[in-house]
Amino acid sequence: MSAHTLSGGFADAPIQSARAFRALLEAMARPGTIHAVTGAQPPAPLSVAAGVALLTLCDGTTPLHLAGTSDRPEVRDWLAFHIGAPLVGPQEAALALGRWEDLAPVNRFRIGLPDYPDRSATLIVEMDRLTNHGPALTGPGIETATWLNLPETAAFQANRALFPLGFDTIFTCGDRIAALPRSTRVEAV
Amino acid sequence: MMKDQTTARKGWMSLLAKAPPERLAALMPDLPPHVLLRSPETGAVMVRGRIGASGGAFNLGEMTMTRCSVRMDCGTVGHAWVQGRDKAHARRAAVADALMQTDAAADLQTAVLMPLSAEADRARTARAAKAAATKVDFFTMVRGEDA
Amino acid sequence: MYVAVKGGERAIENAHQWLAEERRGDLSIPELTIPQIREQMKLAVNRVMAEGSLYDPDLAALAIKQARGDLIEAVFLIRAYRTTLPRFALSNPVDTGAMAMDRRISATFKDLPGGQVLGPTFDYTHRLLDFALMAEGEAPFAAALPSTQAGAEGDDAPPHVPHVTTFLDRDGLIETDPATDTTPPDLTREPLELPADRALRLQGITRGDEGFILSLAYSTQRGYGRTHAFVGELRIGRVAVEVDIPELGFAVEVGEVELTECETVNQFKGSKTEPPQFTRGYGLVFGQSERKSIAMSLVDRSLRWQELGEDFTGAPAQDEEFVLYHCDNIQATGFLEHIKLPHYVDFQAELELVRRLRAEAQAQAQQQEAAE
Repeated sequence: MSAHTLSGGFADAPIQSARAFRALLEAMARPGTIHAVTGAQPPAPLSVAAGVALLTLCDGTTPLHLAGTSDRPEVRDWLAFHIGAPLVGPQEAALALGRWEDLAPVNRFRIGLPDYPDRSATLIVEMDRLTNHGPALTGPGIETATWLNLPETAAFQANRALFPLGFDTIFTCGDRIAALPRSTRVEAV
Repeated sequence: MMKDQTTARKGWMSLLAKAPPERLAALMPDLPPHVLLRSPETGAVMVRGRIGASGGAFNLGEMTMTRCSVRMDCGTVGHAWVQGRDKAHARRAAVADALMQTDAAADLQTAVLMPLSAEADRARTARAAKAAATKVDFFTMVRGEDA
Repeated sequence: MYVAVKGGERAIENAHQWLAEERRGDLSIPELTIPQIREQMKLAVNRVMAEGSLYDPDLAALAIKQARGDLIEAVFLIRAYRTTLPRFALSNPVDTGAMAMDRRISATFKDLPGGQVLGPTFDYTHRLLDFALMAEGEAPFAAALPSTQAGAEGDDAPPHVPHVTTFLDRDGLIETDPATDTTPPDLTREPLELPADRALRLQGITRGDEGFILSLAYSTQRGYGRTHAFVGELRIGRVAVEVDIPELGFAVEVGEVELTECETVNQFKGSKTEPPQFTRGYGLVFGQSERKSIAMSLVDRSLRWQELGEDFTGAPAQDEEFVLYHCDNIQATGFLEHIKLPHYVDFQAELELVRRLRAEAQAQAQQQEAAE
């Protein structure tokens, strides 16, 4: 295991993970809002924000799926040292990381059970851009409406129809994050 | 060769992990320059047993554990996982693990590991001797009707 | 009517201050230190570790001090603390065959290989108060055999001492427990779902309340789900805890825990599915916790009625829902004690209901009277 994979974690985990968790909580509670996060230097191709989200949300008991180009030996080693999350296929994953086209078809991911809707997956989607232009979002945590450049709309509309089941999504780009919980309604553009 | 190295490293990591923190600190008061790759952090390990001592695993309960990873100036990386919540213990054990992979190994072996190992052996032997003193010697009484 | 209740902050603050003062007690008496509790109240520390489900003698001692000796309150403190710890790993299953033993007895075989070792036991004491302890005399030191007899110095690991049940196993007289690699369910991570497998039941019982498990085990001996148990073997000692270190790719012994293990050998006449043989109950508990481990193995065996094709007699110790939902003293005390907290609104509703029912009953009675 090279020394590079051993760096890039939180230097001051209690403070940094608490700040990052607060940002993730804000993003999830107010869908579509974009927040900056810091503290992780994961190996390429992971964004800083994806690294922060993984360091904050994952541990040795959260099965993680790496989709497409995110599944590289450097990434695996980095995760093994800093997080220790077991790497699994899409069906068993509590969290999944990748670009939208690599995560598709998203109906492979867990949507929870009627007794335990929380036993569902959270997708971390790496994006090239993250802006408040795109399909309109309405629902809990949004006063009137907001907008976000979602990679597509149909999958999120289908996911909303499963409520209270369904997956939740975090979008990452550089050092910025936004989120789309299963409760948000997505209008067609 | 690789296998011997692993066995040796398992041995010293375990010895450092089980050492009383204050003894390790006394034997190894000064730490050479190093950077923290993973600051000492305290967490838990779930201790598992086996059903009927030989069957499937079950979760017995957790124990506290502190881990730390360091890189020395020469680039050597050391890791430590130690029982308990003593962060200085974990850091010292990680530095010792790194040094044991360098030219400093022989000195460290003599100054730190050998005394720790001898003390652990003495404590274990003393306790085993106390247990042995409570071992039962049965003798059979002759019962009347058998005589 | 909705009654909003606020306030009492100053009263709570003063109550907590007084609590701290009462905990300290008479200032002319020296304050207890954590090492004193850890070393001299060791069995209380063990119990808090077992039921708190966290092995850390210093923290358990601190919890006992803070809780003024209320062990369930101390367990509560430990349970609350453990939820703040990140889970680093699962250990490899500990090998109790390699235990460095302080005590090892068998009620079934007198001459077991390795011998019967009494250890520091209360057994055979006369249960008479020892007033010498009150006079603060020095404790006597244990005699030890010369070290040559106890094993040569420099022995790296304690000798592997096979379990008594392996002797019965050799003759095919006892059921076997083949090792598997499946990851057991974890009560601390997933809510309890029934039916529970044996691994989950054992986790629940080992952290369960000692008094509750003891009473259940006693009830099986008195006939409520009888299991005809003998203590095949009871051992107390220290075992190494080994963890696979992800960054290294190999396992390291990262520490040592003291455990008590009990294996019962239970008479079994056979059932529709199983031949006559001995069956087993199993107990494994943190610390020197002999009573708890024996009780655990009796309750474990009782709960296995279905798997062994025995009849369900309706005994509490056979009913896994009854046992697992009621053995946790933190759940129990939380629900029990919450009824002392303000329920003003709930009670207001009850009060109005009772008043209305009384008024209705009265009106009915009057009507009836008028009709007659």
